[in-house]
Amino acid sequence: MIRYTPGVDLWGEPLATLRRIQDEINRTFNEPQAPAAEYPALNIWRGEDAVLVTAEVPGVRMEDMELTVHQNTLTIKGKRAPVATEPDVSFHRRERTFGSFARTIALPFNVDPDRVQACAENGVLTITLPRPEAERPRKIQISKA
Amino acid sequence: MTDVSGTGKGTAERTAESTRAQPVYIPQADIYETKDALFVSLEMPGANPDAISITLDKRVLAVRGRSVQKRPAGFSPVHAEYREGDYERSFTLSEAIDGDRIEASFKDGILDLKLPKAQPAPAKKIGVKHG
Repeated sequence: MIRYTPGVDLWGEPLATLRRIQDEINRTFNEPQAPAAEYPALNIWRGEDAVLVTAEVPGVRMEDMELTVHQNTLTIKGKRAPVATEPDVSFHRRERTFGSFARTIALPFNVDPDRVQACAENGVLTITLPRPEAERPRKIQISKA
Repeated sequence: MTDVSGTGKGTAERTAESTRAQPVYIPQADIYETKDALFVSLEMPGANPDAISITLDKRVLAVRGRSVQKRPAGFSPVHAEYREGDYERSFTLSEAIDGDRIEASFKDGILDLKLPKAQPAPAKKIGVKHG
């Protein structure tokens, strides 16, 4: 005997619900997603000869930011300035945070500090960190015996 | 379950689903008022300034935008803490705003709005007739 369950059409698409749940699970696990505990939120991309780090830093001026690279670590330091206001204002909402921040991350390989490039666009900082020439993986030719 | 909360960026709870399987972020806001204007700053990192829409309908100010990530060729993602999504937030304004003089600018991922208050109609004195 089949009990009637509202909302589940047993005869139309018996596996529709299961498939939907499976889709949700796949979506959750397929997209790399680590909740950002620290500021700024970062995305890291890895290429053969370089690492690319992008950071969401809305409202941070480039001159208030400092990047340091040592072997395979990258440190992003900076300061978020409070919104500039005239003296006679009343605040309705103050949700944006300000103050200094610092974050250090380990990169997948050592990088060449002299060739690091950084640029900011629309509040997103993009840092390109190339691998030193000497440490790049090399293809080895196999000689015929 | 599909909602993602990044640093500080909250995600909206929606009753209707959007057509894109992307999070909708609520940009964080600073709002302050001076004698003759209301100022709103919203954090929208990665948003394309040309695609930001700002509307004022009656007293509801709505801001929408979308953050787009460049997918670098030859790179694969190894760690992700934020992703592309839509920015959406609306506010109900308590004061009448002069909709024609609203100024908006976008710099370093911050949308700044200046909403000048509408000039109040000059006070009118009403005489009371003696019955």
